[in-house]
Amino acid sequence: MDSFKKLKTIITPLDQVNVDTDQIVPKQFLKLVQKSGFGKYLFFNWRYDEHEKQKQDFVLNDKKYQNSQILVTGENFGCGSSREHAVWALKDYGFLVIIAPSFADIFYSNCFKNGILPIKLEQKIVEKLKQESGELEVDLENQILKTHNEKISFNIDSYKKKILLEGLDDISQTLKFEEKISQFEKQSIIPSVL
Amino acid sequence: MGKTLFEKIWDAHVVVEKESSPSLIYVDRHLVHEVTSPQAFDGLRMNNRIVRRPDLTIATMDHNVPTNDRSLPILDQTSAIQIKTLEKNCKDFGIKLFDINSPNQGIVHVIGPQLGITLPGSTIVCGDSHTSTHGAFGALAFGIGTSDVEHVLASQTIWLEKPEPFEIRVEGKRKKPHAVTAKDIILSIIKNIGTAGGTGTVIEYSGEGIADLSMEQRMTICNMSIEGGARAGLVAPDEKTFDYLRNRQYTPKNYESLVEYWREHLTTDKDAKFRKTFTLHIDNISPQVSWGTNPGMTCDVTDSVPSSEDYSNGDENQKKAADKALEYMNLKSGTPITEIKIDRVFIGSCTNARLEDLIEASRVIKGQKVSENVRAMVVPGSQMVKKQAEEMGIDKIFTKANFEWREAGCSMCLGMNPDILSPGERCASTSNRNFEGRQGTGGLTHLVSPVMAAAAALEGHFVDVRNLDLN
Repeated sequence: MDSFKKLKTIITPLDQVNVDTDQIVPKQFLKLVQKSGFGKYLFFNWRYDEHEKQKQDFVLNDKKYQNSQILVTGENFGCGSSREHAVWALKDYGFLVIIAPSFADIFYSNCFKNGILPIKLEQKIVEKLKQESGELEVDLENQILKTHNEKISFNIDSYKKKILLEGLDDISQTLKFEEKISQFEKQSIIPSVL
Repeated sequence: MGKTLFEKIWDAHVVVEKESSPSLIYVDRHLVHEVTSPQAFDGLRMNNRIVRRPDLTIATMDHNVPTNDRSLPILDQTSAIQIKTLEKNCKDFGIKLFDINSPNQGIVHVIGPQLGITLPGSTIVCGDSHTSTHGAFGALAFGIGTSDVEHVLASQTIWLEKPEPFEIRVEGKRKKPHAVTAKDIILSIIKNIGTAGGTGTVIEYSGEGIADLSMEQRMTICNMSIEGGARAGLVAPDEKTFDYLRNRQYTPKNYESLVEYWREHLTTDKDAKFRKTFTLHIDNISPQVSWGTNPGMTCDVTDSVPSSEDYSNGDENQKKAADKALEYMNLKSGTPITEIKIDRVFIGSCTNARLEDLIEASRVIKGQKVSENVRAMVVPGSQMVKKQAEEMGIDKIFTKANFEWREAGCSMCLGMNPDILSPGERCASTSNRNFEGRQGTGGLTHLVSPVMAAAAALEGHFVDVRNLDLN
């Protein structure tokens, strides 16, 4: 997995609460059998009209934000379906950091498996970032965000931080516990299905 | 201090525990379907890994299978490829698959319990958020992303931060239980706690209002735990639970000794502590209808569409969301719910497409006809549900009323197959999500119970089913 350490870009403010994964990547694009190429479908129904022309009033279509890698949005981001395609689409489009007051559980967990850093901040700080809409430096090692005039610290689980900083492959980490898994299986009371 | 049921199941499945970090949790049952698995199998191949426990892994195809004649080829080439891919992956990795022609095929959360694969006290995962359904049997069951599907295939474990236990008590008795259903209970709960009310928690549903429910009704409740933001939802098993799972095709041989163990162990201790508690009194609840674009935007059938001010209670962000929802749903605040006209009716999904749901809905429509302005369809949750219903003659009641009677699958719950709404079409749906475009781009979804959907099909608009003679 790609590692994540630090970046500095302009932020993209998406001023909505409860953004569900059906909006992040609509179902008609879930039929692909690979992980790549989902960026063009990101927020598809909000980005494009019925003739697939860009809607001028949607924030991602504003040229100002085209090199942004930081999405700042409302509470409960990523709710609904467990589809990891939502994270693949955000990543493929170019977003590596998502800042919100809260995230849905499965989405939050999916981010770390794909080198995306989700950051939970207090609502009023998120609002301020959205309004300022300027450049932001994200430093994961030191857990610090820097705007043009202030520093904001953020919390993250130490194991998840390590996974991102080192770009670790989750599965090879787990398979080191093979002995413990086998031990567990010997004492489990739940029988096989077949 | 005592433990909650969730904590007991959790503790019994910890393989590795680390201070203030995720724990490695063992998975007893892994359910696999065609949409969220292909990339996981690819990952295994790229790293030369095998499926650790094919004997704990079961696959079916449900999300994008067509629900018309199964003898016809699948016209949508991308769906066909996804279905072929699952067939190949199951063959290559030695996984039992209930394919499109299997009598056991169906929505993964409907077939698990029906086949006796779902067991109390077990951990169950699937690359689908409605895995919470299996919690009705006292299992810890939750949805995972594709990376975790790969992780479970390779290791039969998953890293998880321990959620907090959340108690939801359902007290009282429903008046007119054929009109006010499990769907109305769970929609009422979500309306109250909000779509993020359960974030970071596992809900335990308890109280008289839950004990009174059948297993299929409890599944409807647990199914929509995710719509309340929870990782999972569960109900402590009782004799109804044990009876339901007895003598199913895959019920374990030592079932009775397991039942003895479960009776003793799968309860929440009296002195256990929950992180939060919410109580719903159901004596006077009404049938529910969603009016907005998330399941929390729901009201009584006797209400009118709220204004964004009334809905948001002073929260500026929620007000904006409600304004956007009203605009998308093409609804004016103040319109009585019973005056909302509908174009389509969908009775189906892992929330409400089990045999009881179909029986209840058929009682509403028996001898009547669908309104001529409405197109209505029933999509049974599994081929087994379909067969049982047909043996009871329920299919005839639907088809005589001009409902379409289709093959099993997820169908118009998420519109990955050809069953979709056209832009602007308004649907009374027994599914679980009313998100923008969920049932088809530009489609307008109202979430309701099967009896509410059936009654709306006949009248062409929502009606209060308590006024029908159903009891």
